Amino acid sequence: MSTPITGHHHILPLRVYFAVAAALLVFTVITVIIAQFQFGEFNLIIAMIIAAIKATLVALFFMHLKYDNRIYAIVFVGSLMFLAVFIIFTMFDTLRRGDIYEEVAHPLQDARIYHQAPAAPADTSHTPAPPAQAGH
Amino acid sequence: MSHTAEPTTHLAHHFSDTQQQADTAKLGTWVFLLTEVLLFGGLFCFYSIYRSWNPEIFHNAHKFLNVGLGATNTVVLIVSSLTMALAIRSMQLGERRKTIWFLVATFLLATTFMVIKYFEYSHKIHLGQLPGQWYTFQGVEGTNPHIFFSAYFMMTGLHGFHVLGGMGLITWLIIKTARGGFSPAYYTPIEMTGLYWHLVDLIWIFLFPLFYLIG
Repeated sequence: MSTPITGHHHILPLRVYFAVAAALLVFTVITVIIAQFQFGEFNLIIAMIIAAIKATLVALFFMHLKYDNRIYAIVFVGSLMFLAVFIIFTMFDTLRRGDIYEEVAHPLQDARIYHQAPAAPADTSHTPAPPAQAGH
Repeated sequence: MSHTAEPTTHLAHHFSDTQQQADTAKLGTWVFLLTEVLLFGGLFCFYSIYRSWNPEIFHNAHKFLNVGLGATNTVVLIVSSLTMALAIRSMQLGERRKTIWFLVATFLLATTFMVIKYFEYSHKIHLGQLPGQWYTFQGVEGTNPHIFFSAYFMMTGLHGFHVLGGMGLITWLIIKTARGGFSPAYYTPIEMTGLYWHLVDLIWIFLFPLFYLIG
C-alpha cells in the first residue's frame, strides 16, 4: 500500500483498479453468454446476482467504500434498503391484489356493495359472477 | 512529493481542517447519491410492476434491442469508471498531466456511450418503438408492447441525462485541473465527481440485463 499524502487518503495500487475492471468485464461477458440460454425465471435471478456482484465491486473499490469511513457505506446501503422496501412492498400489493379480490369479493358482493358498480381490477377472470352467490 | 506554492487547500472558515472539510463534502455527496438511488428507484419499481404483470410483452419486445450495442455500452462505461478512478489516483499522487489525460479519456468514453445511445434511439424512433401514445410499431406480439418501450426510454433516458451531466462536470474538472486548481492536498471535486460517475455506471450495470438480456 502506498503512503497517504494528506490525512488518511488511501491510494490504492494500480493492480487493484485493473483487477476490478477486468472482473467487471468478465462478469459482463458471462451475463451476456448466460442470457443466450433459456432457464425460465432463473435467467432474471442469475442476471440480477451477477449485476449485484458487479455493483458491489464498483462500490467497494472504485467508490472506495472498502477503505473509507463506514458512515458512507451505511448511507449507501441504507438507500438500497429503502429501495428494497419501496419495491418489495409495492410488489406485495400489485402481485397479490387479485387474490384479495377473490377472497373478499364474495361477502362484499353478497352485501350488494359491488353489485351496482363492479370495480374492474386487472384480473377478475376467476371471480365468480356477482349474482346467485347467496350464503356462505 | 512537493507541494506547489499556490493556495490549493480551499479551507472554508467553518471547517476546522481540510480533512474535516473533505469528509463533509464526501458525506454530502453520498447523501446526494442516496437521493439518486431513490430517484431511479421509482422507475425500477415501475419496471418491476409492469414486468411482473406483462412478462410476455417484456420478453417479446426486448428482442428488438441490440444486445451487441448494449454490451458495448456496458464495456464503455466500465472502462470509463476505471479511467475516472485512475484520474483520482493520479491527482492523489500529484500527477497533474496524467489526471488530465484520464479525465479526457473518461469524457471521450462518455461521448462514445452517448453516440451509441443516439444510434439506438434514432433507430427506435424511426420504427415507432416509442413510449405510450407515440408507439406505432406493429411487430411485437401481445397487447400493449409500448409499456416496455415506455420503461426503456424513461430509464435509459434518465440515465442518459445523468451521463450528460457527468460529461459537463468532467469538462469543468479538465479545465480546472489544467489551470492548476487541484493538488494532492485538495482534489475533492474530482473525487466527488468520481463517486457520481461510478453511480451512473452502477445504474447501467442493472439497466443492461433488465432491458437487453431478458431471458
